[in-house]
Amino acid sequence: MRYLPHTDGDIVRMLTAIGISSIDELFTTIPEPLRMQGDLNLPEPMDEAYLRRHMSDLADQAPAGSCFAGGGAYRHYIPAAIDHIVRRNEFYTAYTPYQPEISQGTLQAIFEFQTMITRLLALDVANASMYDGASATAEAVLMAMRTTKLKRVLLSAALHPQYQETIATYAKWAGAEFVTVPVNAEGRTDFAALKKALNNQTAAVVVQSPNYLGVIEDTRVLGRFLARHKAKFVHVFTEPLAFGKLVPPGACGADIACGEGQSLGIPLSFGGPGLGILATRLVDVRQMPGRLVGETVDAEGKRAFCLTLSTREQHIRREKATSNICTNHGLMALSAAVYMALMGREGLFQLAKLNRAKTEYMKSKLAEVAELPLTGPTFNEFVWKPRQPAEEVLQALAKAKFIGGVALNGAAPGLENAILTCVTELCSRKEIDRYVEVVRAL
Amino acid sequence: MSKSYGPCDTPGARGLALCEPTLFERSTPGRVGYSLPRVDVNEPPPLPAELLRDEPAAWPELSEVEVVRHFTRLSQYNYGVDSGLYPLGSCTMKYNPKINEDVCRLAGFADVHPAVAHQGLLRLIYELEQFLAEIAGMDAVTCQPAAGAHGELTGMLIIRAYHASRNDPRSKVIIPDTAHGTNPASAAICNYQVVPLKSNEQGLIDPDALAAVMDESVAAIMITNPNTLGLFEENVDRAAHIVHERGGLVYYDGANLNAIMGYTRPGDFGADVLHFNLHKTFSTPHGGGGPGAGPVGVKKHLEPFLPRPVIRKKGRQYALDFDRPQSIGRMRSWCGNVGVLIRAYAYIREMGAAGLKRSSELAVLNANYLRVMLQDLYKVAQDRPCMHEVVFTEKGLPNDVPMLDVAKRLMDYGFHPPTIYFPLVVKGAMMIEPTESFEPESLDAFITAMRDIYREAQENPALLHHAPYNTVVRRLDEVRAARNPKLTADME
Repeated sequence: MRYLPHTDGDIVRMLTAIGISSIDELFTTIPEPLRMQGDLNLPEPMDEAYLRRHMSDLADQAPAGSCFAGGGAYRHYIPAAIDHIVRRNEFYTAYTPYQPEISQGTLQAIFEFQTMITRLLALDVANASMYDGASATAEAVLMAMRTTKLKRVLLSAALHPQYQETIATYAKWAGAEFVTVPVNAEGRTDFAALKKALNNQTAAVVVQSPNYLGVIEDTRVLGRFLARHKAKFVHVFTEPLAFGKLVPPGACGADIACGEGQSLGIPLSFGGPGLGILATRLVDVRQMPGRLVGETVDAEGKRAFCLTLSTREQHIRREKATSNICTNHGLMALSAAVYMALMGREGLFQLAKLNRAKTEYMKSKLAEVAELPLTGPTFNEFVWKPRQPAEEVLQALAKAKFIGGVALNGAAPGLENAILTCVTELCSRKEIDRYVEVVRAL
Repeated sequence: MSKSYGPCDTPGARGLALCEPTLFERSTPGRVGYSLPRVDVNEPPPLPAELLRDEPAAWPELSEVEVVRHFTRLSQYNYGVDSGLYPLGSCTMKYNPKINEDVCRLAGFADVHPAVAHQGLLRLIYELEQFLAEIAGMDAVTCQPAAGAHGELTGMLIIRAYHASRNDPRSKVIIPDTAHGTNPASAAICNYQVVPLKSNEQGLIDPDALAAVMDESVAAIMITNPNTLGLFEENVDRAAHIVHERGGLVYYDGANLNAIMGYTRPGDFGADVLHFNLHKTFSTPHGGGGPGAGPVGVKKHLEPFLPRPVIRKKGRQYALDFDRPQSIGRMRSWCGNVGVLIRAYAYIREMGAAGLKRSSELAVLNANYLRVMLQDLYKVAQDRPCMHEVVFTEKGLPNDVPMLDVAKRLMDYGFHPPTIYFPLVVKGAMMIEPTESFEPESLDAFITAMRDIYREAQENPALLHHAPYNTVVRRLDEVRAARNPKLTADME
């Protein structure tokens, strides 16, 4: 076996050094009744060539088609340079950088990641990554409950349904009381209802923008209102590229910004691994979950980076830690760092512009053959209602080699038969026109 | 016209290994590192100003060549498994097969949106769940959790939901003092009160001590086996019996599964819930801090509580089943860290049953070889054969040298240091887990280094105290980092 270097001779020499005659003797500390009888029942081993073919056969079962699906996972162009960096063994075969003297590469890259995320979101501090947008949001809610010592949590109905469910799983035993704030005709969180639901027992107001329906929330207005309340404004996002154009969470008063960073140069990969992002204001840094990299100096006064503020963390604080997170998504943070460095401030702005322009074009075309029920402004996703059942429409699109979008089975009142469609820079005008023709022909 | 590179701005500092400026110090207005698809639609009417950001996000501006050189240089400041021996205890830093890095990037895996029905991937995940269930002796597995601690939390939420479903709310969880810090932290999120259990003189669970704290208010015990002293918990079946008899469940931390594959299965002697670390036992890379994957296995009576959705096979078709009324709910978005699951699946397919068993054998052999070759100088925490890792203590080191200094000095000899100061029950612990991936010559070189360092500790402890010398930076001022946190670069 090529991954196992030991020859029979090596093994004999090592056993002799230990003073035993067989490997089995090393396992005698496992009491006999606990020993397994027989062998594990697993398929026969494959050689490399056969394995490659087997894996290709599985991969080939992927449905083909131009992707117009979003809803929390986005198909964007990933510059070739990123994978060349991420595949450097020194990065991907290293552990969490506990020994800073030989981990400066990971540490500086994460420090740069933290910096670029804070600049994107206009907040003071971002951690070194979480698992994904849903779990990052759940941790943000727990953090808000900790800092306010309150239990009432207002969730916008236009928050990604998987995020809502994950929050409920995480916060259940902390005694959270959830109140769902409905969506209005624009597709925005109903501000009047939110005002009514908010009281002085509220720990957090959780609003996503652009929201699950693709609509951009009026976050500045929301932030100005929430500034007068104790409740933490948790600003969620699933599409960080939107902030290339849109007002970032920190600039509209968000206390915590959290969400998914997969759009930042990370493959779709059937939904994971993605990149959980969590950023906040400096005053709350000691309540943050997750790892943080900080700058310091070495014994000779030279700049160096290390993990810091670890007294918040499980390996020091155990049951009093701010989170149980240990392994996070470091390599995805590295991918995002390379992506952000390649895009730069201008590339991000142009990319955001292009996403919105193409989406507006598709909306105008689709409006000729279908209903666009929500009046609120959008970024690169929108909801439409076909004249036929949504599932049938998506199947017709699939036949024409389109992954047409995500069926919304009543994500909000009036949206029983609706489709959420996403248009990124990778959707050409020709493809958009052909997509609309398929719908028109139904 | 010369440019300032901040702290890197000294003559010669741009040499081979000395100083890499930050992206922000390297940034030059007007440089471009992107290539965007052409604009083939008209400019739409603008959004209301109230919705727009006032100024662009201050990301740095660099060309692609500069970005690539920057991160290539940074990679050279790192040490990975492919650099050499990486005997980090409890972390199972085994070789990451290269074919797995290739296949997880196949377009039919990497470029697939999670909302589509991908029969190939659903089958892969379904089969991986079956393999893991077989390896650990469990009845059902979910691949949703993203990491070991995420798996622990999933498992503890399942336990909480199980007791709740029986109207038997219990408030406590017993955790041995040798456990990983994630165990108590995960239990705390479930609002369980942690009852620490002191290990006996042999470093093992003492069934009598367990019986004394186990009562009807205890929901579960969290066991790591082999434990963090590298010892097999010989009384694990009795411990499970004591807990079960009083209505509790047994949670099994599978972080150390690499020691026992093909030899013993936790599910056969009492484990009700168990998590796997695919980034440890099943060879997926650690990525400098993730992504990993932490699948969770359960016995039949806990299957209804698994996170939603689960993958079902109907005839030859695979589908997601959301209709799970007793489920704890979602732990995250979509189906899990699929890119990681693909690698682990490929590993198991290539190793087969015999290969996995051989891995465990060689991992245990390597650890015991290091134990025997070092124990005359370094005192082992428990003087008996170990499993996949061996723990030494700083007690008795010459001139009271702390273990930290030994670890830092190891870098000068070209090795990644082992885990130190864990487990907490050993004074100045050094926890060495060589894994099966290193040939005896590497181990011998490590042994020589450890013996040389011992001699240095006798002759010149100050030498160790100021180590390392041969690294890109010297020992760090970590106190300063925590006292005056600087967590982002200054605006340029």
